[in-house]
Amino acid sequence: MTLAARPGELAALSSLAAFAAGRRRQAVLAVVGVTLLCLVLAIVATGQGAVQIAPARVAEILMAKLSGQGELLTGRDALVVLNIRLPRVLLAMLIGAALAISGALMQGLFRNPLADPGLVGVSAGAGLAAATTIVLGDRLLAGTGFKLPFAALPVGAFCGGLISTLALYLIATRQGRTSVATMLLAGVALGALAGSLTGLLAFISDDRQLRDLTFWSLGSLGGASWAKLVIVAPIVLPLLLAVPLLARGLNALMLGEAEAYHLGLPVQRIKGLTILLVALAVGASVATAGVIGFVGIVVPHLIRLAIGPDHRLLLPLSALGGATLLVGADIAARLIVAPAELPIGIVTAAVGAPFFLWLLLRRANHVDL
Amino acid sequence: MAGRNALLAPAARRLNRRELGAALALTLIAAIDLTSPASFVTRSFAQTPERIVAAGGVITEVLYALGLQDRLVGVDSTSQFPAEALKDKPNIGYVRALSAEGVLSLRPSLVMAITSAGPPDAISLLNEAGVRLARIPDDMSAEGVVTKIEAIGAVAGAAEPARRLAAQTKARFDELATLRTALPAKRRVLFVLSLQNGRIMVGGRNSSADAIIDLAGGINAAAAVEGYKTMTDEAIIAAAPDAILMMRNSGNHDTATEALFALPAFSQTPAAAQRAHIVMDGLYLLGFGPRTPAAARDLMAALYPGAAIPPLKTAAAP
Repeated sequence: MTLAARPGELAALSSLAAFAAGRRRQAVLAVVGVTLLCLVLAIVATGQGAVQIAPARVAEILMAKLSGQGELLTGRDALVVLNIRLPRVLLAMLIGAALAISGALMQGLFRNPLADPGLVGVSAGAGLAAATTIVLGDRLLAGTGFKLPFAALPVGAFCGGLISTLALYLIATRQGRTSVATMLLAGVALGALAGSLTGLLAFISDDRQLRDLTFWSLGSLGGASWAKLVIVAPIVLPLLLAVPLLARGLNALMLGEAEAYHLGLPVQRIKGLTILLVALAVGASVATAGVIGFVGIVVPHLIRLAIGPDHRLLLPLSALGGATLLVGADIAARLIVAPAELPIGIVTAAVGAPFFLWLLLRRANHVDL
Repeated sequence: MAGRNALLAPAARRLNRRELGAALALTLIAAIDLTSPASFVTRSFAQTPERIVAAGGVITEVLYALGLQDRLVGVDSTSQFPAEALKDKPNIGYVRALSAEGVLSLRPSLVMAITSAGPPDAISLLNEAGVRLARIPDDMSAEGVVTKIEAIGAVAGAAEPARRLAAQTKARFDELATLRTALPAKRRVLFVLSLQNGRIMVGGRNSSADAIIDLAGGINAAAAVEGYKTMTDEAIIAAAPDAILMMRNSGNHDTATEALFALPAFSQTPAAAQRAHIVMDGLYLLGFGPRTPAAARDLMAALYPGAAIPPLKTAAAP
C-alpha cells in the first residue's frame, strides 16, 4: 500500500513536511555528523581500555582477523581486542540503538514527549522477571543438585518484558481498538505493581542476591560476548528494518488517532507493531545489559531539537544517536575508574538527568517538542 | 508543499539503506567469530605465581598475613584490611562486578577469587584468557576460616606458612571454644547494622553477624528473621536483647549510647537497663579471616564483663 499516493494524507502532512524540509540542511548535517561521531567513538572504544595496546597493534589484530591470518590471533592482546572490546562496542551500538529508537517510537505512539519504555512498565516487567530469577531461582533449585542455567536471567528478563507488554495491550484493547490513554495509565499501574513485587523480592533476598539486584539495576555491558550479540542482533535488527514502515504512520498519528484513522492509515496495526517491537527490543537489551536509563528519553529529544519531529528521519537518527551515546558512555564507564568499571547506567543517568532538567526548563519558553 | 515532502523522502530512504547495510555487517561479523572462541588460550601454570590479583577482602587479608603483599598486584574494593592494601594496590572494583579487561590489564599470573566473585561473564572471559583462576570458598565458621587460610596458601605457593597460620588460627578457635564452655548464662545479642530514617536493620540467622555472635558465646536475639532485615520497634522489644552490637564507621556516625537507648524500640530492652551497647570495627568483627578468633574473644569480653575473659594465648602472626 503506497500511503503517499493518497492526496488526503499528503495535504494533512504538508505542514509537517514544510517544517521538516526547512530543516533539510540541518538534517543532512545531523546524519553526517552523528555517523562520523559514532564511527570515531567506535574506533576509540576498540582501541582504548584498561589493557594498554598500541593503536597499530589493534589495527594489526583486526586486519589479521579479517584476512584470516591465524598466527596473530593468539595471546592476550588479541583476546582483549577480539573477545572483549569488539563484541562490547557492537553490543553497545545495538542496545543504544534499540533503547533510543524504542523511546522515539513510544513518544510518537503516545504523542507524549516524556514517554519511554520505563514509563509504560516494559522495563519494570523485565526487571521483575530478572529479580525473580536472581532471588527465587537459587531457592527453587536448592537441594535438587541443579544449578541455575547461565541463560536463565536474560531469558527471564526478556519474557518479563514481553508479558508485561502483552498484559498492557490486553488491558487497553476493547473490541479490537487500543486506547493509547488507557495504555499509558495501565502502564504506570503495571509498572508500579512490578516495582512493588521487585521490592518484595529485594526484601526476602539475602545479602548476596540484594547486591546482584542492585548492580543489575545499574546496567553494564561488561558481559558482552559474541554469543550474546548473536542473541540480541536478531531481535534488534528487525526493529531497525521496520522503521520505514512505522515512520509515516507515526507522523500521521501526531495529528491525532481519529485523524490518522480517517486518513486511511491502519492505525491499529501500526500501534500493535510498534508495541511488539518496543517490547522485543527493550526485553532484549534489559536481558543482556541490565537497566540502562535515560537513553530512550535523551536521544530522541536531542535529534528532534536538531532536525525536527519528522519520524522518517527521527527514528533512524535516534537509532544512530543511541548507538553513539552508549558507545561513548561505555568508554567513560571503562576508563574512569580502570582497572575497575562503573555500571553504565550511572554514566547515562549522570549525563541524562541534567540534560532532561535543562530540557524541562527550556520548554517554558519553547512551543513544543 | 507536496514537492517539499518528496524532497525529503530520498534522504530518508538512503539512510534506511545505510542502516540496513550496517546492521547486516554487524550480524555477519558476529557470526564469523563464533566459530573460534577457544583459539586464544595460552595457559601458563607457574609454580609460584608472581602477580596475584585478589578478589575478596579476606583473601587480601590472608595474603598480607602471610607476607605475600609484594606479589599482590590488584585487590577488590572489599579489601579494606590492612588499610594500605587499597592505598598501595590498583582497585579492580567490587568483587561481584569485576571487569575482565581491568583484571587482565594487571597481567596477573593468578587470580584468587572467593566463590561469590563475579559476574560469571567476567570469570569465563578470564578463563578464556588463560589466566590461572582459584576459587576460595568463603565460609563463615571456625572450620571454614581454617580451610580458607590453607587453600589461599596452597594456591599462592606458600603452603607451609599458611599451614602454620591455619594451625594457629585453629588453636585460637579451640581456645575460644573452651572459653565459651565456662560462660555464665548466655546473653541475647542484637546486631544492628543500621539505624536509618527510624528503620532498624538487624542481622538475623544465616548472617555473618549471627555467626560471630555464636562464636562469642551469645544468642542472636534476631534469629527469628533471615539475613539482614528491618525489624519493627515492637519486635525488638519482644526480642529482649541483653546487649546491642553495632559497627564502628559503617558509613554513618557512631550512634551515641544515650541516643540509642532513648529510641522507643531500645528503651524498654534489658540492654538499655544495663547500658549494654557494644561498638566494634566492622571488618574486624565480620571479616572471617585470621583475626576472627580475636574479634570473637573481644566481643565475648564485652558481652560478659563480669566473667573476666582472658586474652587468647596463642601467638598471632605466622
